[in-house]
Amino acid sequence: MSAGHAASYLDDSGPRKGILGWVTSTDHKRIGILYLYSTLTFFAVGAGIGIVMRLVQLAPFHHLVTAQTYNALFTFHGVLMIFLFVIPGLPPVFGNFMLPLLIGARDVAFPRLNLYSWYFFIAGALIALLSLVTGGGPADTGWTFYVPFSLRTGTNVTMAVFGAFILGFSSMLTGINFITTIHRMRAPGMTWLRMPLFPWALYATGWIQILATPILAITLVLVMLERIVGIGIFDPAKGGDPLLYQHLFWIYSHPAVYIMIIPAMGAVTEILPTFARRTIFGYKAIAFSSVAIAAVGSLVWAHHMFTSGMSPFANMLFSLLTMVVAVPSAIKVFNWTATLYKGSIDFQPPLLYALTFIFLFSIGGLTGVMQGALAVNVHVHDTYFIVGHFHYVMFGGTGMGFFAALLYWFPKMFGRMYSKRAAYVAWFPIFIGFNMLYFSMLVLGLQGMPRRYYNHLPMFDTGHEVATVGSWILVLGLIIFFANLVVARFRGAKAGPNPWGGVTLEWATASPPPVENFEVIPTITEEAYTFHPESGT
Amino acid sequence: MSEAGTIHAEEHHDYFGAKLGMWLFLLTEVLLFSGLFIAYSYMRARYPVDFHHAGSELNAVIGVANTFVLLTSSLTMALAIVAIQRGERARSLLCLGITMFLGLVNKAVEWTAEIRHGMYPGSPHLAAQPPGEQVFFGLYFTMTGLHGVHVVAGLGVLAVMTALVARGRIDRDRFILLENSGLYWHLVDVIWIFLLPLFYLAA
Repeated sequence: MSAGHAASYLDDSGPRKGILGWVTSTDHKRIGILYLYSTLTFFAVGAGIGIVMRLVQLAPFHHLVTAQTYNALFTFHGVLMIFLFVIPGLPPVFGNFMLPLLIGARDVAFPRLNLYSWYFFIAGALIALLSLVTGGGPADTGWTFYVPFSLRTGTNVTMAVFGAFILGFSSMLTGINFITTIHRMRAPGMTWLRMPLFPWALYATGWIQILATPILAITLVLVMLERIVGIGIFDPAKGGDPLLYQHLFWIYSHPAVYIMIIPAMGAVTEILPTFARRTIFGYKAIAFSSVAIAAVGSLVWAHHMFTSGMSPFANMLFSLLTMVVAVPSAIKVFNWTATLYKGSIDFQPPLLYALTFIFLFSIGGLTGVMQGALAVNVHVHDTYFIVGHFHYVMFGGTGMGFFAALLYWFPKMFGRMYSKRAAYVAWFPIFIGFNMLYFSMLVLGLQGMPRRYYNHLPMFDTGHEVATVGSWILVLGLIIFFANLVVARFRGAKAGPNPWGGVTLEWATASPPPVENFEVIPTITEEAYTFHPESGT
Repeated sequence: MSEAGTIHAEEHHDYFGAKLGMWLFLLTEVLLFSGLFIAYSYMRARYPVDFHHAGSELNAVIGVANTFVLLTSSLTMALAIVAIQRGERARSLLCLGITMFLGLVNKAVEWTAEIRHGMYPGSPHLAAQPPGEQVFFGLYFTMTGLHGVHVVAGLGVLAVMTALVARGRIDRDRFILLENSGLYWHLVDVIWIFLLPLFYLAA
């Protein structure tokens, strides 16, 4: 399968063969593939649950599930998608696979720890799945586990929360690993400002993972202790304060949305220069805006709580900071656009999906700024507007960034090329279905449709019908998209080491890469994304 | 958390990298406790009188004695590292043994008095107290409990380190594992130094 010289990472080389060789390998590329398959499996399950929820909002299917089951469905949909798909998201898949390649290293700093973090991931996922069938049945609190309801409900919140706690370790260990890798293992000559921008994004993300995840961990521990022994810190009956829970929860969970989005931004930043055939516009602005998002994004959490009765001063402060955090994101969008300007565009599927990312993320980002305004926030709080907004950011942003990264790096990861035509064909239903589904939600929210409701008034019928039909079209597109890749994985034509004409280091080695990544560790003499048109790159 | 010791097993050739990874891990530990410190400071501001009263029910002598024991264990931990850097394996093993013994002593005496007085979460006696005292003891058991979990994890790590020193896998040239374990042990001590005044000396 390899180009003839060194054995590819896909071939068995260790003492163990087959599946066992994969799940015990400390090769960053194999671990990345393990994460790819596991996160996409959870994504498929989560999407399936989403389809069922959409069906329930359509009159003929309303009695498909009971109200209690509906509560369990949106809770598990959230837990799956947040903790098992978008929070792990790009770093463990493309970060693991590409980070050492992009910086010219043979592996990450702590390869064994890297494998353990996948074990933590799988253990946490199994515990979350187990929570569905044990104790009082699947949790019905929503993925936010708000107290006091999460303390009183008879469903198995304790185990679901424990699963999320374990998943936190996985995320944290990945962060520690990547930061150390970036500090210590860059190829000779690769200064910080010669480093490609996906590693910069992973670096900023790593810091959020390290700084925010422990707060979630301890908050979830408190919920478990509260449910098991009744320590009273969140329980108003015992002198505790439910608002304290909300603060601690969002101190993690808001920065967590930047754990989700920054790596996707980083991947898009890799894709654009390759297909514009020119260097990235505003390298430093993009690099430092990742860090700025990570820093300011840690200070905006209470904008989830504007209606909770905080002081007007706190509300204004968090509103202001929320507006401020939009600035570095906008800087990135302007730089991406400027990169394309006067580039010699080579239009390929990864570029199409990357541009889709920018478009959908911009809608998600701008609706986010709307919610940051206090008066608007009171109107749209807990409505479908919020649901539409975060699906634009998380799915239209992170999800689309994930798909773009997958199309961009698939030939590198598996050494085979997919059908470009099928990738284009899949785009139409994905894009149309996506906007029918989530733009309807934005409209429904402004009209007053509350989120998480099992039923709705007749005035919302039209919006729900459009959204549900959109969900079918979207799924059709996703099926074409992934079927194309599955076929290509086994039958695709050989891709060659550099199918896109990229100039970053991952394209300098074979596809799929050999176990040791590079025969000789390259020495870096120029900035990232330097094209040499005269010599054909 | 017991991975702390094994994290760097295969990477000790990059001494600085292993140290960096460990410090990042310690940072996550500090932040884990910081969530509880936030809860404590908020609740204390909310119930100052109840906290004062509840704090006086804890035995400060036990708390201070515990601090003394734990700080001594930090000293012996540091001595164990110095010993191995000088190539004195027997002395290092002795110091590690003392460190683990002191860690055990520290946790053995905690909680017994409170539980004997019926002051534990969910007890009818505690439920009859004012809300601030209930929260105080909830925080007390959570924070000292989490600290206890860390001491136990630290003991596990030190037991592994003792075995590695005994087998010569840690010696004067390869001591980063022991050094990182020492960092972890010191962190556990530092956290205790904050717990002591917040609970035992709150009155």
